[in-house]
Amino acid sequence: MQEWGISVLFEGQNLFRLVEGLSVSIRIAAVSIAFSAVCGILLGILMTSRYRLVRYGCRLYLEAIRIIPTLVWLFLFYFSLTKIMHFHLSAELASDIVFSLWGTAEMGDLVRGAITSMPKHQTDSGFAIGLTKLQVYRYIIIPQALRRLIPSAINLATRMIKTTSLVVLIGVVEVLKVGQQIIEVSILKNPTASFWVYGCIFFLYFIICYPVSLFSKKLETKWQQ
Amino acid sequence: MAKQSNEKVLEVTHLNKKYGETEVLPDFNLEVQRGEVVVLLGPSGCGKSTFLRCLNGLEEIQAGEIKLNGQVISADATKWHIVRQKIGMVFQSYDLFPHMTILENILLGPIKAQGRDRLEVLQQAEKLLDRVGLMDKKEAYPSQLSGGQKQRIAIIRALCMNPEIMLFDEVTASLDPEMVREVLDVMLELAQAGMTMVIVTHEMGFAKAAADRVIFIDQGQIVEEAAPDLFFTSPKSERAKKFLNIFKFNEQVS
Repeated sequence: MQEWGISVLFEGQNLFRLVEGLSVSIRIAAVSIAFSAVCGILLGILMTSRYRLVRYGCRLYLEAIRIIPTLVWLFLFYFSLTKIMHFHLSAELASDIVFSLWGTAEMGDLVRGAITSMPKHQTDSGFAIGLTKLQVYRYIIIPQALRRLIPSAINLATRMIKTTSLVVLIGVVEVLKVGQQIIEVSILKNPTASFWVYGCIFFLYFIICYPVSLFSKKLETKWQQ
Repeated sequence: MAKQSNEKVLEVTHLNKKYGETEVLPDFNLEVQRGEVVVLLGPSGCGKSTFLRCLNGLEEIQAGEIKLNGQVISADATKWHIVRQKIGMVFQSYDLFPHMTILENILLGPIKAQGRDRLEVLQQAEKLLDRVGLMDKKEAYPSQLSGGQKQRIAIIRALCMNPEIMLFDEVTASLDPEMVREVLDVMLELAQAGMTMVIVTHEMGFAKAAADRVIFIDQGQIVEEAAPDLFFTSPKSERAKKFLNIFKFNEQVS
């Protein structure tokens, strides 16, 4: 009787290593998402500044991040920067930096959009009761803006989680790399190994991203007034 | 109307307001005594709403002086967030903050802008809510209230700042007729209690009942100024007569 292909997942430490690889990806994503959430809000507020220079500077940053592919940024930071600056950046740190920069830019744009879509009357009302500009932002604009951008922000978070798979190309041993290693070893005795391994990875990503999506839905209905 | 003193709450001299090249208010002058209720009437675009917004610093003025209780507030260095605590403004679009409960809406200004004690503000807020009969709505969200209820809450929100003067910018314009009355009743009560008010409205009946002075504005200039009885029965200027005829169907103003 031929061995079931799925047994490749249960051989030795395979499953454990896959999950361990996933935790590397998750860690990079988590660090970047946390950083981007905070800095993205600040960037979004900056992008609505009345000083043109500030706005244009932020815009330049956003466009640079968007035009150049994430993979190229990873290569730039990991390979080129170390050559120019003469110090070594670990692959994981380079990943953290690049994904944080990317997430901040995207989040900033989302926040900017949510702020500028707020009716002007809300700001006027806030001023009329004697609040300073800072207080109007803190109590009136930002709370409402955050509620509005939850769906897009969660979408950004799941995109970031998925895109972390790129870091395998600068040598980070994350889940895809582990998967490849397992397949290479098992392919001779288990021809369907790649199906099961990638299937498992697909499933792992799903059980990470789906709860995030559900959480977003829960937030949306909670704030639906 | 409540007894008026001779104390000048508001003094506006030679106010000039332009939007780009268009002069909306070329040379506006107004004095309001304490306890006085001034109603501003006029066709759309005549500058009445713009004028109110200038008083509150929501619009910048190009020239002129605004004095509140004898203090100049139109200077460049004015800290508007402090001045605005003394000027209460209610807008046509009520603009309650949708992510906060009614009570939180009312308490935000006094607690955060004025730094008052929460318990004291709560007492004042609940007293006012009780007076307008909306006490049971204090934990509700604005989306659960009708337009008239929201506008009355907006008035209470402005009142809790203990302003010296209240500005009303066409506050009943977007309400259904039944709700208009409940809001006007609140404003009438305020007027009788002695609040200094500047009201922009199209509600002629209300103006007749509440106003101490009616000012008719056209194209940014004061065309006529009179006591309500006089103004509505025998307006002097042609433009005022034409304007009042819009509201009458059978009688012609002679």
